[in-house]
Amino acid sequence: MSRRTLQQALALTESTALLRRYFVVNGFDGALTMLGILSGFYLGEVADTRIVISACLGAAVALFMSGLSAAVISEAAERKRSLAEMEQAMGKSLQQSAHGTAARLTPWLVGAVNGLSPLCISLLILSPVFFYSPDMRYSPLLTAMSFGLICLFLLGIFLGRIDGSHWLLSGLKALFVGIFTLTIILLLE
Amino acid sequence: MIKLTGVVLDVLKPHQPGALEFANSIAQCREGLVVNLVVVEMDEKTHSLSIEITGPDIPLDNIESVINDMGGSVHSLDEVQVVNDNSD
Repeated sequence: MSRRTLQQALALTESTALLRRYFVVNGFDGALTMLGILSGFYLGEVADTRIVISACLGAAVALFMSGLSAAVISEAAERKRSLAEMEQAMGKSLQQSAHGTAARLTPWLVGAVNGLSPLCISLLILSPVFFYSPDMRYSPLLTAMSFGLICLFLLGIFLGRIDGSHWLLSGLKALFVGIFTLTIILLLE
Repeated sequence: MIKLTGVVLDVLKPHQPGALEFANSIAQCREGLVVNLVVVEMDEKTHSLSIEITGPDIPLDNIESVINDMGGSVHSLDEVQVVNDNSD
């Protein structure tokens, strides 16, 4: 599958904005889920990083599968309907055309972004826990939580670039969501 | 040898790809092709086009195939220009 085919599929189905939206929305899901689990472990004073890794990896894989399957199923149905409407308007089958290819390919592209976005962000946030060894002089949970807040800030900057607002303001808004989430978790404990 | 040097096609296509990409794809079929695309009518989901193509030797089958690949369909061949070229 060539790069041109992918670009054509995205152009024909006008899905570029959808991919951006899914990347940010599910990236937020991944970052906030990791922040929630990590803060829970931190407050529960769980010191064994293997338990933290198992729980967080489980959640990250679940987010990946949820993002992938939900997007593929819903987008496939949407594209099928859209193609059928276009076939009716054209009065012929479009299965062998670029539109048919795009209708089959786009759900998987959207699903990949929808699933990989939270997975990659979760793995990035977990990296201080993965690479931690007892002789290192940092708190793996606090460092990972800081990574989570940084990821939220970066996602905010990305959103700011899309809507043309100030990058710092947009980044701080997203960061506030993370800090607010942590505050709620702290208050619940 | 008879060569096709000009043709006007009546084509129906979905809104995407746009007129420029549609014309570009047709022009890419062979070097020297000049494509003049006019949107005659626009419906909710389709565009009716009049496409005038000129060139030294128009590959009509290739062009129809490219139009089909892009989701369009040729409704009729409205004008044709051929030359008897013995220079080959």
